[in-house]
Amino acid sequence: MAHSTHEIPSTEEKFEFKSETKRNLIIAALLGVVMVAIGSFLLSKGWSIGVWESHGGEHAAVGHESAGHSEHGGEHGATLFTRIIANIWMNSVYFLGISIVGAFFIAYNYIAKAGWSSSIKRVAEAMPSFVIVSGLILIILMALPSTRHIVMHWTHDGIMDPVSEHYDKIIAGKAWYLNLPFYFIRLIAYVVVWYFGWKAIRKYSLLEDEMGGLENYYKGRNASKLFMVFFAVTASTSAWDLSMVIDTHWFSTMFGWYHLASWHVAGLATMMLIILLLKDQGYLKIVNESHLHDLGKFIFGFSVFWTYVWFSQYLLIFYANLPEETIYFRERFTGFQGRYWWPFHISLVLNFFFPFLILMARNSKRRPTFLKLGSVSVIIGHWFDFYQMHMPGIAKDQGGIGIIEWGTTLTFASLFIYFVANELSKANLYPKNHPFLEESMHHDI
Amino acid sequence: MADSKYLVGVFDDGDELLHAVEDIRHQGVKIHEAYTPFAIHGLDKALGYSFPRMGVAAFLFGITGTCCALLLTFWTMGVDWPINVGGKNFFPFPTNIPIVFELTVLLAAFGMSFTFFFMEDLGPTSKPIIFDVRSTDDKFVLAINLAKNKLSENEISKLLKESGASEVNVKEV
Repeated sequence: MAHSTHEIPSTEEKFEFKSETKRNLIIAALLGVVMVAIGSFLLSKGWSIGVWESHGGEHAAVGHESAGHSEHGGEHGATLFTRIIANIWMNSVYFLGISIVGAFFIAYNYIAKAGWSSSIKRVAEAMPSFVIVSGLILIILMALPSTRHIVMHWTHDGIMDPVSEHYDKIIAGKAWYLNLPFYFIRLIAYVVVWYFGWKAIRKYSLLEDEMGGLENYYKGRNASKLFMVFFAVTASTSAWDLSMVIDTHWFSTMFGWYHLASWHVAGLATMMLIILLLKDQGYLKIVNESHLHDLGKFIFGFSVFWTYVWFSQYLLIFYANLPEETIYFRERFTGFQGRYWWPFHISLVLNFFFPFLILMARNSKRRPTFLKLGSVSVIIGHWFDFYQMHMPGIAKDQGGIGIIEWGTTLTFASLFIYFVANELSKANLYPKNHPFLEESMHHDI
Repeated sequence: MADSKYLVGVFDDGDELLHAVEDIRHQGVKIHEAYTPFAIHGLDKALGYSFPRMGVAAFLFGITGTCCALLLTFWTMGVDWPINVGGKNFFPFPTNIPIVFELTVLLAAFGMSFTFFFMEDLGPTSKPIIFDVRSTDDKFVLAINLAKNKLSENEISKLLKESGASEVNVKEV
């Protein structure tokens, strides 16, 4: 109301997904696969480009300090293939989270009856279209025995059988939760319910564009509530199932929060980056610096929240100093010739210190340049976060950051952008009949 | 403030007040202050207020808290009475972070509150001028200090009326 003279932009705006962009994205995805192939070839020849890469397994299983894996690691020593599978698993989990956060964002904004976010809603709505890709990759990796043995230590033969020489009493005690049928039920439930929960929210939102009225808004809100109830539980359990059980012996009660916080802030940063890139191309004229400021506050706040949870987990383990818990950080600090020390600390810098300093001031949260810097830092930082969550448990002494990692990430990122852009182009960029769109246009803080 | 003469414009609507502020300031009249029953979006910009530098105060108080907490934990745990906890260092950094965090927040919050009370003259000894008691109920009030304006009383009064004031009163303090 303050600026009675300002112009109201049109609510008709459609994103055009150019065939040229499509082609480039597919080329980038294929380039990623080629990079993985080249990286693997070079590594198998004993050459390495990149950091912390071991040379053809010559350091294999040299005195690493992992209590859980040393007993069983022998017959399943990490190889180059392990490293590739670890990368695919890690990126699937990371991009699964970034995608589903789009639906999470809409759901909590619907439940809170938030008005400001309705003009950026379509961006969040497009993101979860990638859930099905990540989800299917995870299901396939778990369905194939050769790959699931690489990722999940607890699926090894005889590990829960008391007469077997591989028997592990601690893991056998978790058999009621960690058994294949139950695991598959959970994994498929996450992917299917998240995907179709998002589909329902999306359906009502698109119907609203056609029909107008409040009916579809209420339906969308009910779908959001149901989604939220399911997501509240599965955000935690999926964190255990996708990331925590890789280090099967170890557990942390903070892990669900920590994992969700990581997904959430990475998803918000991705959303911010998509919005800014769309604005750079002349789309989303309704989105003003107050919207960016609000979303920037979300990113700032949740990167601090991530740090808070991360530190709470760390402090308890540090202070209690129990060997079965500290092994987790020991693997990351000094284990495997210290190769995970850098990813662990880079993650802290990029996820906390850098965005904290750069996004603290009000003015920087209203300037696209600063927001882009902060978002990119958070997105890369949480890639490192997931890297250090998954790699020490899966790739062990084969972990590294080189062409294979860049290639896998490039493939996943290109596919993700392809899916999101494709979904964005299917509908109007604003929910033009949304009851709160008018409020969002005048958003002013 | 003795013997200051104020013109008090009373408005019935927040929007009217907002536009009146824009119009009147455009005419070169200096406004003493606007009083409204609730916050009005954009009024601070219309009045020409710069963004408050409370963040600077918050930072200074916060960093004081951080330093105090580090000094406190370092002195008590590391120097004056070192206690061996689980074989750790006498001054393990992660252990102190909760205290450092708490004291930072505490000093920043109290410091900001007191700064605000001091800067806005809201302390227990302050004697605020009530231009119109209805500004806490349903009226939107604009006060203009005549001594600080070049225009005459009649001209400003006319301006206020033209921009929608339902009544214009004179208040001498």
